[in-house]
Amino acid sequence: MTYRPTTDHDELRAMVRELADERVAPRAAEIDASAEFPWDLKELLAKQDLLGISFAERFGGTELDNIAQAIVVEEIARADATTSLIVIVQKLGALPIMVAGSGEQQERYFPRLASGEWLAAFALTEASAGSDVAGIRMRARRDGDDYLLSGSKRFITHGSIANLVTVFAVTDPDAGGRKRLSAFIVETDTPGFSAPRLEHKMGIRGSPTAELHFDDVRVPVANRLGAEGEGFAVAMATLDRSRLSIAAQAVGIAQGALDFAVGYAAQREQFGERIADLQGIQFMLADMASGVEAARQLTYAAAAAVDADAPDLAYWTSSAKLIAGDTAMRVTTDAVQVLGGYGYVNEYPVERMMRDAKITQLYEGTQQVQRMIVARQVLRRAGVSRPGR
Amino acid sequence: MVCIKQVPATTAEKRYTADLRLDRAAAEAVINPLDEYAIEQALRLQESGAVESVGYLSMGPEQAAEALRRALAMGGDDATLVTDPALGGADAWATARVLAAALDKLAPDVALMGMASDDARGSLVPGAVAALRGVPLLSYGAELSIEGAMARIRRLTADGFDIVEAPLPVVASVTDQVGEPRYASLKGIMSAKRKPMETWSLADVGLSADELHGAAMTRVVEARKPEAKPPTERVENVSPDEAVTRIVDWLAARKLV
Repeated sequence: MTYRPTTDHDELRAMVRELADERVAPRAAEIDASAEFPWDLKELLAKQDLLGISFAERFGGTELDNIAQAIVVEEIARADATTSLIVIVQKLGALPIMVAGSGEQQERYFPRLASGEWLAAFALTEASAGSDVAGIRMRARRDGDDYLLSGSKRFITHGSIANLVTVFAVTDPDAGGRKRLSAFIVETDTPGFSAPRLEHKMGIRGSPTAELHFDDVRVPVANRLGAEGEGFAVAMATLDRSRLSIAAQAVGIAQGALDFAVGYAAQREQFGERIADLQGIQFMLADMASGVEAARQLTYAAAAAVDADAPDLAYWTSSAKLIAGDTAMRVTTDAVQVLGGYGYVNEYPVERMMRDAKITQLYEGTQQVQRMIVARQVLRRAGVSRPGR
Repeated sequence: MVCIKQVPATTAEKRYTADLRLDRAAAEAVINPLDEYAIEQALRLQESGAVESVGYLSMGPEQAAEALRRALAMGGDDATLVTDPALGGADAWATARVLAAALDKLAPDVALMGMASDDARGSLVPGAVAALRGVPLLSYGAELSIEGAMARIRRLTADGFDIVEAPLPVVASVTDQVGEPRYASLKGIMSAKRKPMETWSLADVGLSADELHGAAMTRVVEARKPEAKPPTERVENVSPDEAVTRIVDWLAARKLV
């Protein structure tokens, strides 16, 4: 398996980095302070074709390989985690349609998503069903050629601004745990759909995280993804792939914090010398840099596994997200430490990066859930049958 | 036809060869930033339908093809690179001779250039090319427009604008007033790889090394770094009155007050 970035990847990275340095980084502090979604940057990303990177060319996308997609997310997240979520969630919301959608469904929606005319969101989590996906209560009842969706979702990234949400609801409450759910495409201008409340968050503050209410939202059968009862499988197939974006985001956040800390250490003088000349600082920078590099390489390995549609791709993407998320948290915390008191105030970007990093340990499966997935695979490989739950 | 030059990035560390030429291989290279305004102007003319096609022309070492590829990623249709070992160390005159000869072959309605290059800053090439080709020069345009067989520029002056127009074909140069150059889009980068690019030698444009006086009429006699400024004197940790006295004394000693 090869996952070394190519010349094309380097060129792509240079292009996205220039854009992120010049246009995204200068907006990051303001986006964080105002907690407002950066519509201007969404337009910019659309114009530069960066919202279409996961969509096939026949739908107007550029269909980059997964290493290239990771590079795009990484470079934007290096400047601003919130803005990188615009790219990440466009794919997350569309992934259920990619893995289970019919050709007709893809043709109907992908051109508008690839161009960035529409935004997508993914609605699985509920107030009492986070890691425990089987605990979902939202109902979808068949009514002629439609389903009526009723219930609530919580913590839905971009739920309040998306034009299309992929939603998971119970179609058969009496079926076994994994057969209860079905997946649907819901256009958010459908009567009965509302996003009444946004969360107040520690980080990624410009990215609206919404509570969604469905009051008998009428969804045509033509918008069901896959067969009835396949919702759980669709959700898992989606998350096994989408986690890769979070690993890339974490690598980007960590790289941004590392770069800032290095630049600061080279400038800041104490005791009559640059703090970069102090071994105590050098050792921190070395640990940060090697950690980021290790997380990046594992993320690219996971990207190659997704490109190859490897049977154990969940092992790779969960490992990458686990390592990259923890690395981002540690590296951003250390960046604050390198800056000392200045790191703790919002005059410098590292405290924001530290707050942003935390979410990568939580969403699209907590780090504990990633460990369950990795452990299951490790035990299976060793011939242990049906390990754990 | 936009004429572009590949230059070392202003942030790149510059090294010189033994004969005082810039070591181009050692420095990160970019499209001359002032040429990016010419590219932007040309692409806007193409988008508005005022011109049919946009091509790029560059004279430089082989790696200048990268600059042409980057320009093609921003837009436009094709590119031509004139490269020849005999052109090493070409000065503004040699450059103008080569570009003029290449433009004679390409015969565009407009040869558009940035107002100067970021590394040499001679601003000589547009005028020299126009003179060599015997066509009008519209220089330092804040905007270029084309109507029928006429090209027109708006040139910023101390008290307003001059409007200058001339019949096609023309050589024109534009300033940063034309508006921010666009970023290459992802599709632009991908499609640039498939756009045609030709490479010409000196002979291909009908010139010989002898004719160019060994490429340069000028010679660099010395290249050195600017002298270091004396360290900044700081007035710190004193009362405001004391600080004012010291600063005024400092200025007075230099006859500045």
